[in-house]
Amino acid sequence: MIIQTSLLRKDFTVRKKAGRFRRTRTTVSAVDGVTLSVAEGEMLGYIGPNGAGKSTTLKMLTGVLTPSGGTVSVCGLTPVPQRIQLARRIGVVFGQRSQLWWDLPLAESFTLLRHIYRVPAADHAMRLKYCRSLLDLDEFLDTPVRQLSLGQRMRGELTAALLHGPKVLFLDEPTIGLDVLSKQAVRGFLGEVAAHGDTTVVLTTHDLADIEKLCRRLVVIDHGRVVHDGTLEELHATYRSKRRIVADLDASWPEGLTLPGAVVESVEGQRVTLTLEGATAGEVVARLAQAVPLRDLSVQEPEIEDVVARLYGQARE
Amino acid sequence: MLSTSTVRVLAALAGAEFRRYATYRQATFAGAFTNTVFGFVRCYTLLSVAAVTGQMAGYDPAQLVTFVWVGQGLLAVVNYWGQQELPERVRTGQVVADLLRPVDLMATFVAADVGRAGHAMLTRFVVPVAVGLLAFDFYLPAHAWTYALFAVSVLLAVLVCTACRYLVALSAFWLLDVRGAQMVWLVASGAGSGLYFPITVLPDWLVLALWVGTPFPSLMQAPLDVLVERGGTGHGLLLVAGQVAWVLVLVALGRVVQARAVRRLVVQGG
Amino acid sequence: MAKPYSKLLTAQIRSQTQYRFSFGIDLFFSTVLTSLDLVTVWVLFSVNGSLGGFGGREVLLMVGIAALSFPLADLAVGNVERLRVFVRTGLFDAVLLRPLSPLVQLVTMDFAPRRAGRVVQGTVIYVVALLNAPVQWSPVVWGLVLVAPIAGAVFFGAVFVFFATVAFWWIDVGEISNAFTYGGKDVSAYPMTVFGGWFRRFFAYGMGFAFVAYLPALAMLGRPDPLGVPDWVRWCSPLTALLVAVLAGLFWRTGVRHYRSTGS
Repeated sequence: MIIQTSLLRKDFTVRKKAGRFRRTRTTVSAVDGVTLSVAEGEMLGYIGPNGAGKSTTLKMLTGVLTPSGGTVSVCGLTPVPQRIQLARRIGVVFGQRSQLWWDLPLAESFTLLRHIYRVPAADHAMRLKYCRSLLDLDEFLDTPVRQLSLGQRMRGELTAALLHGPKVLFLDEPTIGLDVLSKQAVRGFLGEVAAHGDTTVVLTTHDLADIEKLCRRLVVIDHGRVVHDGTLEELHATYRSKRRIVADLDASWPEGLTLPGAVVESVEGQRVTLTLEGATAGEVVARLAQAVPLRDLSVQEPEIEDVVARLYGQARE
Repeated sequence: MLSTSTVRVLAALAGAEFRRYATYRQATFAGAFTNTVFGFVRCYTLLSVAAVTGQMAGYDPAQLVTFVWVGQGLLAVVNYWGQQELPERVRTGQVVADLLRPVDLMATFVAADVGRAGHAMLTRFVVPVAVGLLAFDFYLPAHAWTYALFAVSVLLAVLVCTACRYLVALSAFWLLDVRGAQMVWLVASGAGSGLYFPITVLPDWLVLALWVGTPFPSLMQAPLDVLVERGGTGHGLLLVAGQVAWVLVLVALGRVVQARAVRRLVVQGG
Repeated sequence: MAKPYSKLLTAQIRSQTQYRFSFGIDLFFSTVLTSLDLVTVWVLFSVNGSLGGFGGREVLLMVGIAALSFPLADLAVGNVERLRVFVRTGLFDAVLLRPLSPLVQLVTMDFAPRRAGRVVQGTVIYVVALLNAPVQWSPVVWGLVLVAPIAGAVFFGAVFVFFATVAFWWIDVGEISNAFTYGGKDVSAYPMTVFGGWFRRFFAYGMGFAFVAYLPALAMLGRPDPLGVPDWVRWCSPLTALLVAVLAGLFWRTGVRHYRSTGS
């Protein structure tokens, strides 16, 4: 296991104003006993609502924050005491914070990083070439970072995080604020990195489309605890997400008609939406075709947003 | 000249600035602490200079003690360094919006600074002066009216300082980089106002030139000389009159410069 | 080992000199501003000709050591003051994610070459002071003449680091550090006999500012301390500087562990 945590915890003391001069201290667990193991080459989606403890976990995995309890090991190292050794083996992109030098051209930032990480020139050139072609860096390689658009900068950040050939890549909200095209470029590139199989990727995001496109495994945390760890399909199965059938009819929907194994969700003019309850889509479609004249029909997979929203709701109760 | 509604707006601005500073407790404490430490350093060195002949440039040791500690207290009230907000707004062009507001920019700048000075008077002024009073023998004014004259003189010093900083900030309309002007202001005001040493230790011709030709002594030397009753009440009144003159000159200058700046904006479009 | 650091440094200088006009102004005025301190001492002197029982040439030697060691420390590690900005904005995360010492990164990241002007100025004052003061030249004194400004710089550097570290706990009390850095510089430049009471005990001997310039100057002049410190202590500046540096380093490490990145 390249990442292994056991009952990882981070407490913060929060001072609150109580009255005009008194202040009370309370302890808040941002991360409350997270046990997690990630195998080499895996691509893990790590999601949760705001304040759930995603970033705090990532910061403990990368050695920025000292855990309050539990154990953590990344690449066989303990992050905080061995932070500098670990830094050579991991790459990090924090969507909101730049790793690059504001006043220097992108290319010079890359050269500087080569020296900081002591990467052999040949390896550096090879990786840079790879990123340049996949991320189309050439047109802004000589532009100072402060003049780059957000999308361009993010492509630069991804390159910067990969130039030293990290074993693990941590991405915190890498698509936040990007336009559609840049999001696609970032996702495409990450898919390419994952396909190689030699880099483990941990990705936190608010954009569930990132997860659907990239991650087979999904860990959901809320209030500092893991509430789901498994595939997307398992998530759907656990929370019994329902598929829908949307049918356009050649006639109006007969009042009071029921179909075994499905529930009528809504009727709008000649369009009817059914939710599957126990029966397969095939069975329901067959019964539907017998009952009413069908013009068109589609089966909708459950939306991950709905599932996750429901999951957060449950965890809160 | 000022309508009652304008006065109300300005008073509200000053109050808001007062309350804003009241929320920076850590910074207020840190500033007062630092002023106090520097008070000790300056007080001991000046006393040591005076120890040889029993006086220094006409101040006896007790007067020097008052001069140093009250000076450290005034340092935050008469705010030499000020904030970077206005020059920054001029540089980025956001000042256009300020100039187009119904309330005059200079008046709002001054009102806000008076609010800040009020907060500093209650916190940053009190702490060093109290510590100094505990640790050293102060010269206390012989006449009760000296305190009133001192209060007026402090208010005038705040106004002179604010007006000067306003002019420095407006220079950003014409200069590429306002830091040069700020540095000139810092060096000149620091050396010429009594902040580093009482200017009376300088040669007489230079002292006279500073009093008559520059607003700098009005910032610090004037209120401190009033408080230690240097030259008696008559001299104190003269100093305050000089401060009033400088406020008038600087405000007039500020109006002219601001009008030019607005014209420049209108003509050049920012 | 030093290559990544030197690359960082040159990159920093290059990106600063992009703004050449401002750089020139900064260099010029930061030199003028520090001269103001010297003018102050000179003005005070010209009033009565002696300070705390020491003559002008003797005090100038103390001023000289302080005037060289403080800018050296300021040039090397003065930037550590910016820690509070890094902590407030969470930028310190990025510092911790690189495989280099956070302290060295912080110091190189906003390296301010304009401060070099004051080092030159301080060197000139020190040399002039040495030429004029009644120094009791001997090989040991020669050694002390060379080591004292460096020990002083290490001392001030440790003070810079120590008080900057406080920002890991309280961000807005940053100005307190000025009391000990710039205030400490002022204290060191005068004979300790000038000060009195608990203030002298605390600053001069408790915090050790007497070791920066006053005690080494006494050793160079061959004068005993009128305040009664044993003669051998006058030679202890390098040891004190090392001790203070170790303390500051330990405190810094505790601070880094205590860092609580702004949650995003």
